[in-house]
Amino acid sequence: MNLVTSILEQLINGLRTGSIYALIALGYTMVYGIAKMINFAHGDIIMVGAYSLYVFVGMLELPVPLAIILTIVVCAILGMTIEKIAYKPLRKAPPLAVLITAIGMSYFLQSAALLIFKATPIPFGSVINVPSLRLGSITISGTTIVILAVTTVAMIVLTLFINKTKAGSAMRAVSEDKDAAELMGINVNGTISLTFAIGSGLAAVAGILYICQYPSLIPTLGALPGIKAFVAAVLGGIGSIPGAMLGGIILGIIESLSKAYISTKLADAIVFSVLVIVLLVKPSGLLGKKRTEKV
Amino acid sequence: MKKKKLKKSITNIILIIISYAAITILINSGILGRQMSSLIIPTGVNIILAVSLNLLTGFLGELTLGHAGFMSIGAYTGALITLNSGLPPAIALTLGIIAGGLVAAVFGLIIGVPVLRLRGDYLAIVTLGFGEIIKSVLTAVNFTGGAMGLSGIPKYTTYKNYTLVFIFIVLTILIISNMVHSRHGRAICSIRDNYIASEAVGIKISKYKIMAFVISAFFAGVAGVLYAHNVGILKPNNFDYNKSIEILVIVVLGGMGNIKGSVIAAIVLTLLPELLREADSYRMLFYAIVLIVMMLFNNSGLKERIMEQFKSKKQVTTEGGE
Repeated sequence: MNLVTSILEQLINGLRTGSIYALIALGYTMVYGIAKMINFAHGDIIMVGAYSLYVFVGMLELPVPLAIILTIVVCAILGMTIEKIAYKPLRKAPPLAVLITAIGMSYFLQSAALLIFKATPIPFGSVINVPSLRLGSITISGTTIVILAVTTVAMIVLTLFINKTKAGSAMRAVSEDKDAAELMGINVNGTISLTFAIGSGLAAVAGILYICQYPSLIPTLGALPGIKAFVAAVLGGIGSIPGAMLGGIILGIIESLSKAYISTKLADAIVFSVLVIVLLVKPSGLLGKKRTEKV
Repeated sequence: MKKKKLKKSITNIILIIISYAAITILINSGILGRQMSSLIIPTGVNIILAVSLNLLTGFLGELTLGHAGFMSIGAYTGALITLNSGLPPAIALTLGIIAGGLVAAVFGLIIGVPVLRLRGDYLAIVTLGFGEIIKSVLTAVNFTGGAMGLSGIPKYTTYKNYTLVFIFIVLTILIISNMVHSRHGRAICSIRDNYIASEAVGIKISKYKIMAFVISAFFAGVAGVLYAHNVGILKPNNFDYNKSIEILVIVVLGGMGNIKGSVIAAIVLTLLPELLREADSYRMLFYAIVLIVMMLFNNSGLKERIMEQFKSKKQVTTEGGE
C-alpha cells in the first residue's frame, strides 16, 4: 500500500514538472515548425519571465493578475524582438550560423540578467495560494493543482487557436511551405512574429509556474528546464504540437521516478539518455512526421 | 610545387622557433609579472581546445557543445594517473597525457557513433546532452571526488615548465593542419560543403565523421590533462556548458575553418579579460555579442554590401586618378 502511494505521489510530481516542460516544449516545437530552427534562447525567456514577475510583484508591488499579464506581454515582445534582430537577417544563412546566433542570444540574456540581478539567488514566494487537496492517503499541493489546470487550459486554447482560427491556419501553411504560403497572400513575416510571440508567452507562463515550484531566482534558471523541454519536444516529435505535450509529460514522469527510485544525481543523466535513445531508435519522435531530404 | 611546400615548412619551423624564443625571453626576463606568466599555460590549453574544436565546427561543419566534456574526461584520467601511479613526475605526466587523450578519444568514438545519423541542430543538442551526462556521472561517482572535486593534483605544468605545453601546442596545430590539408581533410570539408554530393561521389561519411570526432576528442583530452596539472584541482562544474561555449567563442572569433585564427583568438580572449580586470563582469556579455555580431556580419549579406561599397569607392578614386 505504501509503495503504491509513493508511486502515485511521484507520478503526480512528474505530471506537474512534465506539464511545465510541455509548455516550454510547445514553444520549441512551434518555432521549429515555422522557422526550422532551434531557438536556444527559448529557455532563457523562462528566466526573463520569472525575473519580470519578481520585478512586477516583488519590487513594484503590482496586483498579481496584472503582474502576470504584464510578464506575458514582456516575454512575447522580447521573443518577437529577438526574432527581428537576430534570426530574421539569417533566414537564408546556413543552419550552423543560425544555431550559433541562437546560442549567442541565450548567452546574452543570461549574462544581461547576471549583470542586472547579480548571481546571488533571490528568494521569491509563490504567487499561488491554493489549499492542498487530500485524496485518501495522497496529498496534492495547491501549486500542483494550479499548474495542471493552467497547462491544460493553455494547451486546449492553443490547439483551438491553431486548428480553428485564420491566424492558426496561416501558421500551419507557413510551416508546410513558406514560399507557397507567401504566394497565397499570407503575411509570412507577421506569422513568424506571431509564432515567436505565442511561444514566448507560453514560456513566460512556464516561468511563472516554475518559480512557484522552485521559489528561488538565479540567472541560469531557464537553461536546464529549457534543454529538458527540448528533449521533450524531440521525444514527442519536433514540429508536432500534441507530441510536445505528450513528450513533456512522459519526460517529467521519467525524471521524477528516477529521482525517487534511482538516484537524484543521475536523474539528469537519465533524462539526456532518453534523448540519445530516441534519436537513435526513432529520430522523428513519437508523433513526428518523417521528412525525406531532397537534394 | 615541391619548392613551395619546402618553403612553407621552413617558414613554419622558423615561426615555431621564434615563438618559442619569444616565450622564453618573456618568462625568464621577468617582463611579464607573475599574473601574466600564470596565464601562459591557460592560453596554451585554450589554443589546443580551440584548434581541436575547429576541426569539428570549422572543417566538418558540425556544431558540438560537449567539448568541455571531452576535456574533463582527459583531465580526470590524467589527474588520477599522476595521483595514484607513484611514478616519477616526468613519466607519470607523459603517461597521464597519453592516457587522458586516449580515454577522451574512446569517448569521442562512443559519442561519435550514435550521432552519425544526426546533423545540425540535433547533433548540437545531443553533444550538449552528452556533456551534461559526463558532468553528472563525474559528480555521482566516488573516485572522482564527486561534487567536492579532485584536489591535490601535482602541479607539473606551471609556467616554469612551459616547454612541454609548447610542444603539445605545436603538435596539435601541426597534426590538425596537416590533416585538413590531406586527402582525409578534403573529404571532411566536402561533407561540410555538400553532404549529399560527397556521399554520392563515394566518400564514406561515417568514417570521416568518426575520425574527426576521435581526433578532436583526443586533443581536448590532452588539453584537459595539461589544465588539470596547472590548476591542481578539478570540479565537475568547471566543465559545464559555459566552458564549451567559451571554446566555441574562440573558434567563431578566429574564423571557422581557420587554424591560425583560432590560435590568435585563443591568445587574445585568454589575455584580454586579465588586462581589463575591471570589466570582467562584462566578459560573458562580450562573448555573447561576439557570437551574434560575427554571425550576423558574415551571413546576413552585410559583409558583401560593405565590401561592395568599399570596392566601388575604390574604383571611383582610381578612375578619378586616371
